[in-house]
This record gives sequence, structure tokens and C-alpha cells, in this order.
Amino acid sequence: MKISGAEIFLEALRREGVKVVFGYPGGVVLKVFDVLYDEKEIKVVLSRHEQGATHMADGYARATGRPGVVLVTSGPGATNTVTGIATAYMDSIPLVVFTGQVPTKMIGNDAFQEADIVGITRPCTKHSYLVKDVADLAGAIKEAFYIASTGRPGPVLVDIPKDVFLDKAEFRYPEEAKLRSYNPKYAGNKWQIKQAAQAIAKAKKPVIYAGGGVLLSGAAEELRDLAEITQIPVTLTLMGLGGFPGTHPLFLGMLGMHGTYQANMAVYRSDLVIAIGARFDDRVTGKVEEFCPEAKIIHVDIDPTSIKKNVHVDVPIVGDVKHVLRDLNTMLRELKEPWEAIRKAWLRQVAEWQAEHPPAYEWSDEVIKPQYVIEKIYDLTGGDAIITTEVGQCQMWTAQFFKFNRPRTFLNSGGLGTMGYGFPAAIGAQMAFPDRLVIDIAGDASLEMNIQELATAVIQRLPVKVAILNNRFLGMVRQWQELFFGGRYSSSDMTGQPDFVRLAEAYGAVGLRAEKPSEVEPVLKEAFRISRPVLIDCVVDRYENVFPMVPAGKGNHEMIFGQEKKSSERGLRAVG
Amino acid sequence: MRHIISIIVENKFGVLSRVAGLFSGRGYNIETVAVGPTLDPEVSQMTIVTNGDDQVLEQITKQLNKLIDVIKVVDLTEKEFVERETALIKVAPPPEGRAEVLRTAEIFRARIVDSSPKTSTLQVTGDEKKIAAIIELLKPYGIKDLVRTGKVAIARE
Repeated sequence: MKISGAEIFLEALRREGVKVVFGYPGGVVLKVFDVLYDEKEIKVVLSRHEQGATHMADGYARATGRPGVVLVTSGPGATNTVTGIATAYMDSIPLVVFTGQVPTKMIGNDAFQEADIVGITRPCTKHSYLVKDVADLAGAIKEAFYIASTGRPGPVLVDIPKDVFLDKAEFRYPEEAKLRSYNPKYAGNKWQIKQAAQAIAKAKKPVIYAGGGVLLSGAAEELRDLAEITQIPVTLTLMGLGGFPGTHPLFLGMLGMHGTYQANMAVYRSDLVIAIGARFDDRVTGKVEEFCPEAKIIHVDIDPTSIKKNVHVDVPIVGDVKHVLRDLNTMLRELKEPWEAIRKAWLRQVAEWQAEHPPAYEWSDEVIKPQYVIEKIYDLTGGDAIITTEVGQCQMWTAQFFKFNRPRTFLNSGGLGTMGYGFPAAIGAQMAFPDRLVIDIAGDASLEMNIQELATAVIQRLPVKVAILNNRFLGMVRQWQELFFGGRYSSSDMTGQPDFVRLAEAYGAVGLRAEKPSEVEPVLKEAFRISRPVLIDCVVDRYENVFPMVPAGKGNHEMIFGQEKKSSERGLRAVG
Repeated sequence: MRHIISIIVENKFGVLSRVAGLFSGRGYNIETVAVGPTLDPEVSQMTIVTNGDDQVLEQITKQLNKLIDVIKVVDLTEKEFVERETALIKVAPPPEGRAEVLRTAEIFRARIVDSSPKTSTLQVTGDEKKIAAIIELLKPYGIKDLVRTGKVAIARE
């Protein structure tokens, strides 16, 4: 029996096990939204902006590991998803984005609400389809889900003209997607893995530098095994946080521009860097020649283009992190080295660095320090929450002061650095886990970029919490202006922000405010008790900076520690 | 260093823009590009001449392989290969130069594929040096127009 393209679309989504679609309707996708109207199994979450829908799908994907699904109309509907797609692309997040398109015969005519979305998104998608014939629709959807979620994951866009949704065809869904030109390689080369094992056994000052690939491949357990077998300290990138327990004795904290002193020094002085599912991003390496000048490098990554892109690699291993680490751990166990004795001196050195400059901030009795809010969220939740962040200072402080012990509990835009990501991502994560505590740790300016999704959270009855570290500045911009532009705060002062408590109430959410340090704990407790969306307006120190910091263009060993200089004047609050 | 890369791609919508976009997006240079069908109608072949050091070439090759529609990438420069290019050259020599143009065509085994009272169009095929040489020799006689196919290349057995 022949069914319409819209019905084929729905049936294909069912076959893929899709539970929720984030979207926004419009002219050319009316038919498919009509079909979804009667659907019981697949929930449609109507956002207030297509960018919001795309970040929601991204948050859903990061929290669950399953592809997030977006459905929007042509033209502006499609172009509004671009920032969301680029965000997912930079962080290798599986998304399948369905965009409506003008009818096939009109394509290229500058028709109403026409945009060449395949062309526009080509550089920020893993792959894309323009389905010109309803007979090809099922196959394209199958391939889209397959490509998005295998190998190095990423967003795939499927552009479907209006007439393709209306035309009819037999529904034939392929059992599996087979592409002669796409065969991701999961197992690593055994000989290379053996080289890695031997290098690890020989190394005196090794360090593991792991990134988002650990989470994407579900290899947190294998990473922990590797570290514990060999007693090698672990530093994580921003994207890797949660991939190794934040409270583990071998954990050094995050590395890079706002990383910990001990992580950056350990890499700088190390003789072997074991890079796992990380890509030597410039925010991680600082001045790349001075990143690990004395070290050999082992690099495990499923994407060959990540290897030798920014640094020379001595032992490249192309493969899935989980597969490779399993093989590597087996070989290392067989070596039966006296690992603890070998590692003693190195771990002592690392502990000395840690004692020298522990993560710290200057305490105040009068004004709320943003770091204190994050510490309190950690204390009150015991770390058992899904945390999203916006971008900038709020993101860096969260990375520094919240200890992530479990994978997929820290969702943030690392690669693209998209302000406005955290709140819709929290909504997406809450859709996946309705019973978990989901908190967006936000800056006031970032939050406003997708504040309209408050309506979505209220209507969907999602108890998402937003802790606003409200400094009425573009905090990170202001920090750079203070440090590098003589304190000329050009266009970074956000004075005149709305009253977030009343704003929350206007949307039908709950608004709470903390203005003094003593109010933080009771207000957070109250917020976590309420089973509705809550905006928590924490009025924080306007001029707080993120330290330590590696100035742009400097080596990671040349960190600056602003606040500690002032610590003799006022109490320095060390964080364990 | 200059490299000739042969790429086998799925003959699908937008594949040329994916390959071209990869080069422009990552700041790689395309000197010439030639695209054509193969014996298999579902597959096309592209020959791209580019340049860069070893590290750049390694990235280009890896990035091309990463494109979903790319089936195979071969850097021919690493092998023995034959390269050819065809040029069509329209010259408008003064009456006293015509014989010289014809003689030059003969030396380079170029064919006259079109002529008019004032112009002659030559077709010449060869490697880069040969094309460069004939262009140089014809310049004094007034080249009115010049089109080149871009290089195609094939590995030697």
C-alpha cells in the first residue's frame, strides 16, 4: 500500500525509536505536523524559536546518547537552526534536523520562504540530504540516523520539499544503512596499541588528557581502568568533564586556558601525553609549541583528521575510544609492572603543584561570589544533577567548582561557545529525564539569548532550574577588557537587565532572588523543592574574574592568578 | 609542493560543492579541477591540483576521505602517473604571422579546429610544460582567447 511522504516520515521515526521531536511548524511542513497531531508515541515539543528547538534536541542527545530530532519549516525556520547545528557539529553531537523545503518545482526560483539550507549548512553538518523523490525518503532517513550516530557523531540535515511529504510511495525501510564510502573504524590497530602500551610502561611522567570522545564512546569505565591500572593522573577537557570522576584522587581537574595549575603543569612537564578522544583545541593547548615540549604523544581518536592536525603525534591510533582502551588495558595488565612504585615520585610532584595553587576564590560576607553559588549547588545536590551552562564566566566557574562524577551530566557548548545554549539544552535534558534535577547555570546575558523558551518549559511542565549568576555584564568580555584593554568596558555593560523574578512570573514560572551570601542556600533549597520551572536570580559580584588564566598566545605554564594576589587582604577560600 | 589528487566520488547532488567547499573552508588552494563520469554511472572522478606541505596534504587527504560521498582518494604525486591537459587557443595573427602559427602548431602537434578570416583556433594536448611552451610561442601573434580543461591524471601500471 502506498502512503504519503508525511506518513513515511512518521513511520521511519518510529522505526528509529524516536520518542520526542523538537520543532516548530510552518507552511511547507503542515502535512507532516498534521500526521503528528494524532501520534501517541512520539511527543512533539513546540519551542518558541527554532534555535531553541535545535539546542533542546542537542541537550537531549548529550544527556541520553541518542540522536536528537528537530523538525522545522523552510526558509527562516531552517536558517534559525543554523547556530544550533553548528553548536552540535563542533562538539560532535548526533542530531537529525528535518527541514521543510519549497516544492521541488519551485526550488531555485527564490520562492516564498525558500532558503538553500543544504548549501548554508554544508560546512557545519556531518552530511546532508535533499530528498527530491518520495521513493528515496525512507532510505535517506535511515542513512541520516546512521551517519549522525556512528563514527564521530554529528548533525545530519534532511531537507524535504513540500510535494515529497504529499506524494505517495510504498513504505520500505532498510534493515541497515550500507554506504560504500562510509565505514567508521572502531577497533584500533593492535600493533599501534602495543606501541602505546610500551610507551606507557617506559614513561616516568605520563599524563592522560581526555576529552569529549570518552563520553561519546561511553568509555568512562575504561578510562578509569586505564588510570587506576597504571596510576597515571588524568586531566579532562571542558567537553570531557564527567568522563572521569571529579572526586578521584588521580583527577587533576580541567586543563587549558582556565584549567588548574596542576593539570597544566603536569602536561607541560610530562614525558608522555596520552590524548584520548580530544583534539588539541587552542583553548586547551595555549601556545601549542609550549603545551608539552618534552613529551611523546599517544593520540587515540575515531576521526583521523583530528590526529596530527595541530601537533605531531608519535603513536597515532585511529579507533573508537572504548574499543582501543579495552585492548590497551588488557595489554597493560599483562605487563604486571609495579605501577604504584614507578609512579610515586611523579604523583608527589603533581600533589605539590596542587598545594601551590589550589582552585580558590576570594570570599566576601557582603556580596555573593558566583563561585559560591556553584559550590552550594554542588553541596545541596551532592553532585547528583544534570548541569548545563551558558557560555563565558558561568561556564568556566562551573567547570572549575562543580565536581562531575558521572558521564553526560555536564552539557555545555564547548567548541562553538554558543551563548543561549544552556537553557534550551536543559529543557531537552529534562524531557529525557523528567525526574532528575536539571539546572542551567547561566549568565544573565546568555540566558536572554533564548529566554523565550521559558514558555516551553512552563507549557511542558518541566521543572528546569536556572541559576542566574547575574553580574549585569558580559562577564568574560568585561574580564578581557579589564585585563587587556585598560578597563574600557565597551558594549559589555548590561545594566538595565529586566527584573528576572517578575519576568519568570510573567511566563508562569517561579522567580526567586538571592542578594546576600546568606540567602544563597535557602533560596536554592526552595528552588529545588519546587516542581516547576524556577529562575533563581543570584545578584553576584559584578567584577569577579575567572582565574587562573592563560593569556592568549602564552604557554599554559604562564598562568596568571589574579585573586590570590589580593588574598592577604581578605580571606582566601580554598576549595577541596 | 604541488600534488595531483584523484578523487572517486558518488555521483550525487551537491558533491562538487562539498569537495570545493572543503578546500575553501579550510583554506586549501585549488589550482585546477576536472570532473567527469567513469564507467560506472553512479560514480564520478575528480582530479584536483593543489599545493601544500606534507602536513597540509595529509589533512586534505584525510578531510576528503571524511566526506560521506567520497569513495577513494589517491595522491598521484606519490606514484608514477601520466598527466594531460587540453587547451583551446584562439589566435589572430597578422597576415605575415600566419605561417609561423601553423608551423608552431605542427611542432606541438596541435590541430587547427576552427578558422575564420582573421582567427585560427588551435587544440593542443600535453603536460603542463608543453602547454606553457606553446602559449609562450603564440603570445607574440596575439592570443585572443584561451581555455584550458584543467589537468587529468592517471596512475601508470
